[in-house]
Amino acid sequence: MSDAAGQSAQAVETHTPKELVRQPLVLNNRPLGWITEQVCSIVEGKMPKWWNVAFVVSFLTMLMCFGYIGYLITTGVGVWGLNHPVAWGWAIVNFVFWIGIGHAGTLISAILFLLRQKWRCSINRTAEAMTIFAVICAGIFPGIHVGRIWLAWWLFPIPNAHGIWPQFRSPLLWDVFAVSTYFTVSLLFWYMGLIPDLATIRDRLRIAGKKLNSGLDWMINRFKQFAYGFFAMGWTGSNRHWRNYEKAYLLLAGLSTPLVLSVHSIVSFDFAVSQVPGWHTTIFPPYFVAGAVFSGFGMVLTLMIPMRALFKLEEIITIRHLELMCKVIIATGSIVGYAYGMEFFIAWYGGNPYELYAFKNRAFGPYWWAYWTMISCNVISPQLFWFQWCRTSPWFIFIVSIFVNIGMWFERFVIVVTSLHRDYLPSSWGYYSPTRVDILTFVGTFGLFMTLFLLFIRYLPTIAISEAKGVTPQADPHHKLGGAKPSQPEAEGAH
Amino acid sequence: MSQPFAIIAEYDTPADIMAAAEKVHAAGYKKWDVHTPFPVHGMDDAMGLKNAQVGWFTFFGGLTGLTAGMLMIYFMNKVDYDIVVGGKPLFSGFYAFPVAYEMTILLGAFGSLGGMFILNRLPRHHNPLLANDRFAAVTDDKFFVVIECDDPAYDEAATRALLEGTDPQHIEMVEDAQ
Repeated sequence: MSDAAGQSAQAVETHTPKELVRQPLVLNNRPLGWITEQVCSIVEGKMPKWWNVAFVVSFLTMLMCFGYIGYLITTGVGVWGLNHPVAWGWAIVNFVFWIGIGHAGTLISAILFLLRQKWRCSINRTAEAMTIFAVICAGIFPGIHVGRIWLAWWLFPIPNAHGIWPQFRSPLLWDVFAVSTYFTVSLLFWYMGLIPDLATIRDRLRIAGKKLNSGLDWMINRFKQFAYGFFAMGWTGSNRHWRNYEKAYLLLAGLSTPLVLSVHSIVSFDFAVSQVPGWHTTIFPPYFVAGAVFSGFGMVLTLMIPMRALFKLEEIITIRHLELMCKVIIATGSIVGYAYGMEFFIAWYGGNPYELYAFKNRAFGPYWWAYWTMISCNVISPQLFWFQWCRTSPWFIFIVSIFVNIGMWFERFVIVVTSLHRDYLPSSWGYYSPTRVDILTFVGTFGLFMTLFLLFIRYLPTIAISEAKGVTPQADPHHKLGGAKPSQPEAEGAH
Repeated sequence: MSQPFAIIAEYDTPADIMAAAEKVHAAGYKKWDVHTPFPVHGMDDAMGLKNAQVGWFTFFGGLTGLTAGMLMIYFMNKVDYDIVVGGKPLFSGFYAFPVAYEMTILLGAFGSLGGMFILNRLPRHHNPLLANDRFAAVTDDKFFVVIECDDPAYDEAATRALLEGTDPQHIEMVEDAQ
């Protein structure tokens, strides 16, 4: 009896939960200088062979994109598969796809900053770069799909001899302002984050340049010092500067948060403000924003998993970072799945037969294959991340992230094409197919995206060095690794 | 003519520089600064700095954007080119809002970044500190206290003694080469 009681007491004791240990954001307690070295050596060193191969492939793909755009401009939009009733084909699908990709970057840099998610610090630089490059790719499509591209300036309020102005009641014009603001503010935010890191590279170049006296290496070093130094704006890490810098950073994060939510809302207004069944729904803004963040995190993972392996950044972009991003994917993927369900429910519950027809046609009409591709990639595949193994195996996450990218492209295809292809007049119903030019122009934008991204890896610090340092215990004056004396009472427990 | 610009003291950890900053602040210096590779939390209090004023630039930037956006649309669609589209009013704050909102954010963001540059007196490409070799580590892993020789409380021996009392790794005079 007493034996049994002793055993159970022991069992209780062994089941007392252990104190949770905070996982470090930079593994192995690396010193601060190690972070500088690890990130700067990518910029300062020679690029590995794979970079050269990838760059040549991307560059050629980009040239193909420009070639097909040239063909489109010189020949006319007839080279695309557009016709009545589907007048918004791949161009708009691709536009929404790329602009959505960008949203993860802003979410990571702004919203996670406001929420004090310190893990963002090792991924925000790359994610913001991705945003900027994705918006560049997105911006191409509305510009070229206007048909007479030499009149694209009509989109902007430019005083002109015709005495006419843009018509601001159209959501398409709101989009012009939303996307251009989004690009500009993302660029400002990204640049501001880069200033201290550019100063790091400038200072390292100056010290390295002392060993060089003349010759080509010296000239390259001088030129680089000038270029990085110019954009570093004379940054010295002054605390009087950091004070204003941090405030400005907070304000930019505060401005970017409503911005990112508004941009995809306004993109969704392009559809929702029209009268087309399948487009005219109030759920669009939140559904688009969630989808955008979902697709963006997919792309961040697609880019970051190979990058961290190839540049040996596993100790800065840790498995924990990947796991947290997977959790964002489950959350946003589930919101997207809910929105798909809710659209169907409202189509039935709303009692509008045309709306109901549009949705039945989406799932079971001629484009059923696109719809079910979308459902399997966007709703089913992210649910695998409920299992810890799936969230912590980089190669597996990489595969799922590719599915997410594919699924989100199909989502936009389903929205644009299935809603339009059977419109008001059954006599004009048709089946839209892209042409070779449509497909290869889109493939070409990946070349543009990757060219810019590879140049970014080559010339700029891919990790926000000062921010990554700032979240280590070595940076905390109240932590023993930050130099706090053990006699201080809060030395151990702080943070 | 090169002349003395500032005395700099180098430290290894954020805790050391925090302690040093408190002492320099207590000694009543005005033209001095702490240079760190990343913002050290609590340093503003240690240096006795007040809240940053960047928010005013953001606010007036945003206000300019909102006003400019609304006035632009009013002028273009109601005054200068008044064409009825879809039976909608010539001007309404509702349809003008998205564009005015984006312009609020756009100019607010320019205000924030510009305000940061203006308040920090940046860009400043000529800075004697940037020519100092040891100081180059400030963007890597070292921490510096800099007391300028222009400071009214500056006295070569006393200031050096004060800094030596804060247990630095290294003390050096920086000269302005121009």
